[in-house]
Amino acid sequence: MAAAARFFVRGARSKLPISGVVPGPRSSFAAALLKLSPGSSSRTQRRHAAHFTFQADPEPTQYGPTTKMNMFQSVTSALDHTLASDPTAVIFGEDVAFGGVFRCTVGLRDKYGKDRVFNTPLCEQGIVGFGIGAAVAGATAIAEIQFADYIYPAFDQIVNEAAKYRYRSGNLFDCGSLTIRAPWGCVGHGSLYHSQSPEAFFAHCPGIKVVIPRSPVQAKGLLLSCIADQNPCIFFEPKILYRAAVEQVPVESYTIPLSQAEVLQEGSDVTLVAWGTQIHVLREVANMAQEKLGVSCELIDLQTILPWDVETVCKSVVKTGRLVISHEAPITGGFAAEISSTVQEQCFLNLEAPISRVCGYDTPFPHIFEPFYIPDKWKCFDAIKKMINY
Amino acid sequence: MAAAVRSMNKMYGVCFNAARQTTGPKASRLLQRRAFRVAGVHRQQPFDSSLEKPQFPGASAEFVDQLEFIQPNVISGIPVYRVMDRQGNIINPSQDPQLPKETVLNFYQKMTLLNTMDRILYESQRQGRISFYMTNYGEEGTHIGSAAALDPSDIVFGQYREAGVLMYRGFPLDKFMAQCYANADDLGKGRQMPVHYGSKDLNFVTISSPLATQIPQAAGAAYALKRENMNRAVICYFGEGAASEGDAHAGFNFSATLECPLIFFCRNNGYAISTPTNEQYRGDGIAARGPGYGMLSIRVDGNDVFAVYNATKEARRRAVAENQPFLIEAMTYRIGHHSTSDDSSAYRSVDEVNYWDKQDHPISRLRHYMTARNWWSEDDERSWRKQSRKTVMEAFENAEKRLKPNVELMFTDVYQEMTPNLKNQRESMWRHVKQYKEHYPLDLYEK
Repeated sequence: MAAAARFFVRGARSKLPISGVVPGPRSSFAAALLKLSPGSSSRTQRRHAAHFTFQADPEPTQYGPTTKMNMFQSVTSALDHTLASDPTAVIFGEDVAFGGVFRCTVGLRDKYGKDRVFNTPLCEQGIVGFGIGAAVAGATAIAEIQFADYIYPAFDQIVNEAAKYRYRSGNLFDCGSLTIRAPWGCVGHGSLYHSQSPEAFFAHCPGIKVVIPRSPVQAKGLLLSCIADQNPCIFFEPKILYRAAVEQVPVESYTIPLSQAEVLQEGSDVTLVAWGTQIHVLREVANMAQEKLGVSCELIDLQTILPWDVETVCKSVVKTGRLVISHEAPITGGFAAEISSTVQEQCFLNLEAPISRVCGYDTPFPHIFEPFYIPDKWKCFDAIKKMINY
Repeated sequence: MAAAVRSMNKMYGVCFNAARQTTGPKASRLLQRRAFRVAGVHRQQPFDSSLEKPQFPGASAEFVDQLEFIQPNVISGIPVYRVMDRQGNIINPSQDPQLPKETVLNFYQKMTLLNTMDRILYESQRQGRISFYMTNYGEEGTHIGSAAALDPSDIVFGQYREAGVLMYRGFPLDKFMAQCYANADDLGKGRQMPVHYGSKDLNFVTISSPLATQIPQAAGAAYALKRENMNRAVICYFGEGAASEGDAHAGFNFSATLECPLIFFCRNNGYAISTPTNEQYRGDGIAARGPGYGMLSIRVDGNDVFAVYNATKEARRRAVAENQPFLIEAMTYRIGHHSTSDDSSAYRSVDEVNYWDKQDHPISRLRHYMTARNWWSEDDERSWRKQSRKTVMEAFENAEKRLKPNVELMFTDVYQEMTPNLKNQRESMWRHVKQYKEHYPLDLYEK
């Protein structure tokens, strides 16, 4: 399993900066050669065109000085703070010791020691079981699953064990100091097993928290909250943003509360809800809707999938009367269904059109058809257009 | 290679113990950290292309020029370590743990008390007074022998047939009963099925039904204890059936590569519900797997409480000193049914069960041992039986009278805090139940 993963990552590393914010140093020379070579057609370039444009949030001022970081660096920064402030904290998983296949743990082993940042055998059920045990014994356990696609071997440990530990023991034991991090979401060419968004599988599981950030600032603050939270948390990191998303991130430690959605843009006609990379898609869609249709969109980043912020979403829908939810994961049984049903129950008298879900299709995540699979800005735009004309 | 590893570890164990006696805890902590790094080094051979030997990083071995498959040795397997025979006679005096009379009496009383509790709770299930039960018949020796060899601060992860460990650690009969009855005294707040015991005070991690999930968890806990460096270990019990789960593989391998002070204790009682061991595995039981993971392993007679005690004691000593896992496979026989939902006569003969019950039982063997020393008489037996039955019955009756926990407790502890969603659902439930109260058994629950 991870052999495939590793192969993918090595190949992917030079391709990842495609979304184009910073052309990383490693892509420079070889990429330039390829561009110059006559065989390289424009078709190849188009295949890699990003389906979103990352837009940095305004520099946060409330947490002190900031520095420029991409998402993997902000994750490293969060982990660094944790190891520095909590002597029980350990980080482990497949290939985390040399810095991780996505560079999220670079330098931490040298700084904090081999007994705190270490490789495990290649076995996801072992990684999560081990993390639960360490947490039960009082350590802060930060486990990495190399790709969210490979979290399923640990599904039993997460659903039957981690999520139920506190409840079933009457609060005698818990694994609240466990955090599981995993790269998540589509990446342009990840195909079936390097693209998945499995949050809905976990949303059906009382006892865990599921959190997904949209940017480096959010990643650091939310990850630090997950680590501090006294409940087992799964933190999904949109891997397409690891290098593509760059913004000013506070240098010091700070937290962003869980189970709180964030209204990124106020609007009056339609509420748009998403999380992770899809936020950047919807931000663009909101601008398109304003320009082309004169529609004012309110954009909400859900951030925490479970337990989710019903209040913020419903408050917005009461105001706008319309709701579009969008996620990369397949539509049937996706988390949009939960949001849609809850909003329908709570805002029935305010709704002026059926709630719209713009999601992945009910197929496995394909390789060459990715541009047609993902719920891109045109699909979302069309949903708004139809909704306004309903 | 293995010999070198052992001797290095041994040396390190000696150094470490010496240092611990002479220096403060801080110094010994440093020493231990360094030591387990050293232990990590000898795992992989340094690259040296000048040698005429295999250079593969994955194993340290010589070339051979003959095609030969390695044969598993299942006919003459790993021998079964025994201290006393079926009549309670010590076979090899050098192996006699020479436990004082009070200790041995305590072993016996805990084993028989467990047996008495099993009989009463089993019957109470047959009468529909509790919903479910699992007895420990025939495996009392594995529990008491191993528990006695541990430090009370060692963390126990179990499967479900290890109530004797809790019994040995002093878990009150009232609490056993409270859990089975799921009454308001249950530490687990009535949420789990019977026999899913747990005790924070006694370092006995709450039992869960999914098999083998505790095995990699035990590895993680042992790793945390190693870093805590307070001279604690972890013991993890599981049956031979559970050892077929992927989590067992995970736990064995993780604990070896991450050098965890952990004792894996496998109760090989011949059956996983109806499945006999020849449908469970084809190797030499579970003990034979240990060396494949680089783990020191032993097989013991599970009906010999002293053999279990000796093996656990030594494994515990070395696991803590050397930060490495040990595997103990205790051979025994599941005399009772798998559970109250099972009739084992459907898949095995009564004669087979009777042999183990009458001729090779951990309780009778220890009793022979005590009788031979004049530590235990027929009178003692009679009065102890009477007394233990009385205490169990008292706890039983008290537990039965108690109300169930407040229904509120259905909603707490899902998360550390109660989420707004759960608060809403709780209120919604109460609104409903108050309106339809005649349809719910409210009077059985605490207010």
